[in-house]
This record gives sequence, C-alpha cells and structure tokens, in this order.
Amino acid sequence: MRIGWRTRSYAQQKAMWGFLFVLPWLLGFIFFFLLPFLTSFRYSLSTIEANSKGIIVTYAGFANYVNALTVHTSFNRILTESIVNMVVNVPLIIIFSLFLAVLLNQKFLGRSIARSIFFLPVILSSGVIMTLESSSLVQAVNDQAAGSGGLMNSFGAYELARLMMRSGVNETIVLYLTEAVGRIYEIVSQSGVQILIFLAGIQSISPQLYEASKMEGATGYEAFWKITFPMVSPLILVNLVYTIIDSFARNNMTDLIRETGFTTFNFGLSSAMAWIYFASILLILLLSVYIVSKRVFYQE
Amino acid sequence: MTTARLFSLESWKRWSWSIVRLTLIVGLSFVILYPILQKISTAIKDKKDLYSPIVVWIPETYSWNNFKQAISIMDYWHTLLNTFSLSLLTTVLTAASCALAGYGFARLKFKGSGLLFAGVILTIMVPPTTILIPIYLNLKDFTLMGIIPLLTGKSVNLLNTYWPFILTSITANSLKAGLYIFIFRQFFRGVPKEVEEAAYIDGAGVVQTFLRIMLPNAVPSIVTVTLFSFVWQWNDSFFTTTYLTSSKVLSTQLSSLPYNLAIFLQDGDASQADPFYLSMVQDTGILLAILPLIVLYLFVQRYFVESIERTGIVG
Repeated sequence: MRIGWRTRSYAQQKAMWGFLFVLPWLLGFIFFFLLPFLTSFRYSLSTIEANSKGIIVTYAGFANYVNALTVHTSFNRILTESIVNMVVNVPLIIIFSLFLAVLLNQKFLGRSIARSIFFLPVILSSGVIMTLESSSLVQAVNDQAAGSGGLMNSFGAYELARLMMRSGVNETIVLYLTEAVGRIYEIVSQSGVQILIFLAGIQSISPQLYEASKMEGATGYEAFWKITFPMVSPLILVNLVYTIIDSFARNNMTDLIRETGFTTFNFGLSSAMAWIYFASILLILLLSVYIVSKRVFYQE
Repeated sequence: MTTARLFSLESWKRWSWSIVRLTLIVGLSFVILYPILQKISTAIKDKKDLYSPIVVWIPETYSWNNFKQAISIMDYWHTLLNTFSLSLLTTVLTAASCALAGYGFARLKFKGSGLLFAGVILTIMVPPTTILIPIYLNLKDFTLMGIIPLLTGKSVNLLNTYWPFILTSITANSLKAGLYIFIFRQFFRGVPKEVEEAAYIDGAGVVQTFLRIMLPNAVPSIVTVTLFSFVWQWNDSFFTTTYLTSSKVLSTQLSSLPYNLAIFLQDGDASQADPFYLSMVQDTGILLAILPLIVLYLFVQRYFVESIERTGIVG
C-alpha cells in the first residue's frame, strides 16, 4: 500500500525533508571528501606509477611514511617548524583578539572607523595576497630603511626585555613576549575573524550583569575576569579551533606537500606527508580542546 | 571634600585610560594599514625613485607607469571579470547549498543526522592538502561513478573549467564550506520553535516555512557567509591553481606577474630583469587585486559588523 503524501505525520515529513535538504551536501561529502580522503590513505600506503594508460597503484606498506620521516631532507624540519609556529602563535592570537574585542566594545570616538580597520585583515590577509606580501622585495627594503631610522624602537624593546629580566621574569617568557612584539603584524593580520567572533560574544552578554556588578562595587578589571571572561570562554574554544584550521592555509608544509605531489609527481610520498601532517594537527586539536573544554564555563 | 577628591581621581583614571586606548588603537590601526599605504606609495613611484635615498613615502616623480604595466600584463579587466564571475558563482551556490544543509541539520532531524554532522566537522578539520591529489586525479578523469563513460564512451577532463568549482559549491563542499554550514546551523538553532509551529498551523509545509519564514530572517548570517565566501574565493590560490591551470584569474595572474613582466621586458630572459622593479610592479598588481574588495568592503562593512552580532556564530 502506498502511503500518501498527506498521510505522513509532520515529524515524518520533517525527517524526510531534512534528508532532502542535507542530500546535496551528503553527495558532495561522499564524492569530494570521503572517497578522496580514503583514497589518499590508500595512496599513502602504495607506490604510484602514472603513465599514459592511467595510474598503477601497488601496495608498499609503510615505505612512504618511513621515507618521509627518515629519508626526505626537509620534511621533519618543515613539519616541526610549522607546528611550533602554530603552537606559539595560537595563544598570542587568542589573547590579543580577546583584548581587542573588549577594547572595540567600549564606547569612544571613531569606534566604527576603528572597527572597520580591524576587520580589514579578514579581507586582506588570506590566500595569495598574504603569500606574495611576505616575499615582496620593496617591502623588505622599506622595512630595513625603517629599521635603521628607528633605532630607538629596537632599543626600546631591548630595554623592556632587560627590565623584565631584572625583575625576575622567566627568560623564556620574556623572549616570547618580545618576539610577539616583533611579529605584531603577523598576529594582527591573523586575528580578524577571531576579533569578530569575540566581539559578537561580548555583545550577547546581558548588560544587567554588568549593572549588578557595578552596584556591588566591582571595578572594570574585576568585571572582566568575573563576567566577560567566563561568558566568552566557550568562544575561546571556537577561536582555538578556527585559528588552528586557519593556519593550514599559510604554511610551508602545505607547499611542500603540493610540490612533492605536483612537481615531482610522487603521489604516494605526498599523501603520506599529508597524513602525517593531518595526524599531528588532529593530535594538537584534540589535546588543546580537551584542556580548554575542561575550563570552559557554560551557562546551563 | 572626599567625594570631590574621589571624583577627580576617577576622572583622572578615565582620562588616562582613554589616552592609552587611543594610542593602542591608533598604533595598531597603523600596523594594519601600513602595508596598504606602502603599496600605494610604491605604486605611484617612478622607477628611479626606488633607488633614491631621499624618497621614503612621497615620490619625487609621480608616474602611472606601474599601473599601466600591471594592467597590461595581468590582462587586468579580462582577469577581473573572470575572477568576479567565478567568485560570484561559487558564492551564490555555496550560500544556497550551505543554507539548506544548515537548516536540515539544525531543525529537520532524521535518523543519523547527528552522525552526518560529525562528518561536517571532519571536513572542517582535515587540511585540504590531504585530499588534494585524489580529487585532482578524480577530476582529471571524471566519470561520475561510471555514468559518463556509459553515455559518451570516455571520461571527461574537468580541469581547467569552472566545473570543479560549480560541482563542489552545489554540493556544499567548496572552500571552507564546513564552516558556513556550521554558521547557518548555529543561526537556525537560535530561531524560536514557536515560529515554525505557527507557520505549520497556518498551513505552510516544510519548504514553504524555510523559504518564506526562515530565510528572510537569516539575512545576517547570509551576509556573513556571502562575504566570507566571496573574499576567500577571490583570494584563494590553493584550489584555483590546482583546478585552473591556464584560465586567467586574479590569484594565479598575481603570482606569475613578475615572471610574465620579465619575459615582456627582456624577451624571455628573466634573469636579466631588475628584481626590485619586478617587485614594484607586483605590489601594484596586488593593489589592483584588492582594490575591488576594499570598495566592496566599504559598502557592506557597516552592515557586516552589525549583522555578525546576530548571526549566531556565537551559538
């Protein structure tokens, strides 16, 4: 017996339409993600020969992985470099963007102009423009000119570092901070989306909380740590994940994997590299999500 | 007496904070704007100003030469049109398919939808490089599970056409599409259930509810997704250089600009050309490439900044 359209219950209809709505994505997911994903894993375990008739895949065990980790000249170095870079940058970006979001949330003259400037990196620092900018010769020359003129500038950073060292701050922390000052452009330009997310989060906190805390005599500083910070802490998790994902687009690892695949046509080795990279990213993601999510405050 | 002192201390604190804040914001704004200002200054410089030690920001001799070179070598207007149409196409298709999927995941629960959503998260997590090679090989001999060879006798090569972009965006699997699905899902989850129930009682079906009630309300998240998708597609070099090897799109043209310029200037001998001059023209090219984006941003930014607060990115 055929079940008529009208005889289905609303819940059944919804379930059916839900499947239909998701169907385009599901097809794409299978054809453009899942199958390539599994194929890539198979490739990483094989040697691949391409000739005019097509490609011949022969199983080779873990040879590619061993090759990448022990034989390849630069893989290990680039892998550690890009991961260390990511681990160093992520906390800086998150702290910086939270700070700026709080700043941009306050009322002051020219706030809308400041906001639009700070979101500009969302547009400017993605893809090819970022890559080309780092290799610009004119930029390098100008930076050097600015460096020689700005002796005071570097001197100041040095003095600050010495001051902190004298006052007993750990040396690694001091170096970390001064390096952060040196890479300020890199950090600012990578935190556009994160500022946006934090700002949206801060604006969804109900003003009554601040009012009540003010009545009780809390300072702005206390209000930040007792209200703003716990309320936006779920977003720290979101931003953490986003920052890590965002770092895929701009590192040497991606270039190396591509180069191995498309210039030397060593598809097997390239896939193995990509899988090692993916595994290490996944490890970092899981670890940091585990650590952060324990401390996150949810209202429920 | 004490209240007066307290008041003055308070106001002093407030003033000093405003000054600190102003310094920070102006300083950081400068850091962000510095590369753009520098590019403008470089672009209007003449070639000989590059070596003049007294020229830092304001050139001695202005010239439009860099612009002319960059425009002619990048084939700018043609490239711009290509880039624009490609970005617009993928943006519209991606936004539509992601909105559908987002609504499906948020509101129309069916068996296994939770598991499928975990799939969305997986697509966000996996670096695109991991699946690049199989996708490339797949598109090179595109068979659609053996259907196309049955009809025409051989597989089609989809590389160097817009089809890879169209197919991936129709199926919500283009560049960073997982993120857009996530944004839409978060937004639709925030819409009160009563709205949907009222629509049902008034006789609207699921599709009608989605089209006539949910979508008009979802404008903030649509704006966000559209802008992100457009800009990221515009700047993307990862997929464009893989899928389009010879078609003229801004991001590929930009990366090959110095090389093409050297060929143009020195009849193919790239080593003879002055690298500083090449870099100078490339900077001009970058400026030309981001100019349309900045114009676009100036128009939508107010709307964008306001709407992001209501997109539900924050969940």
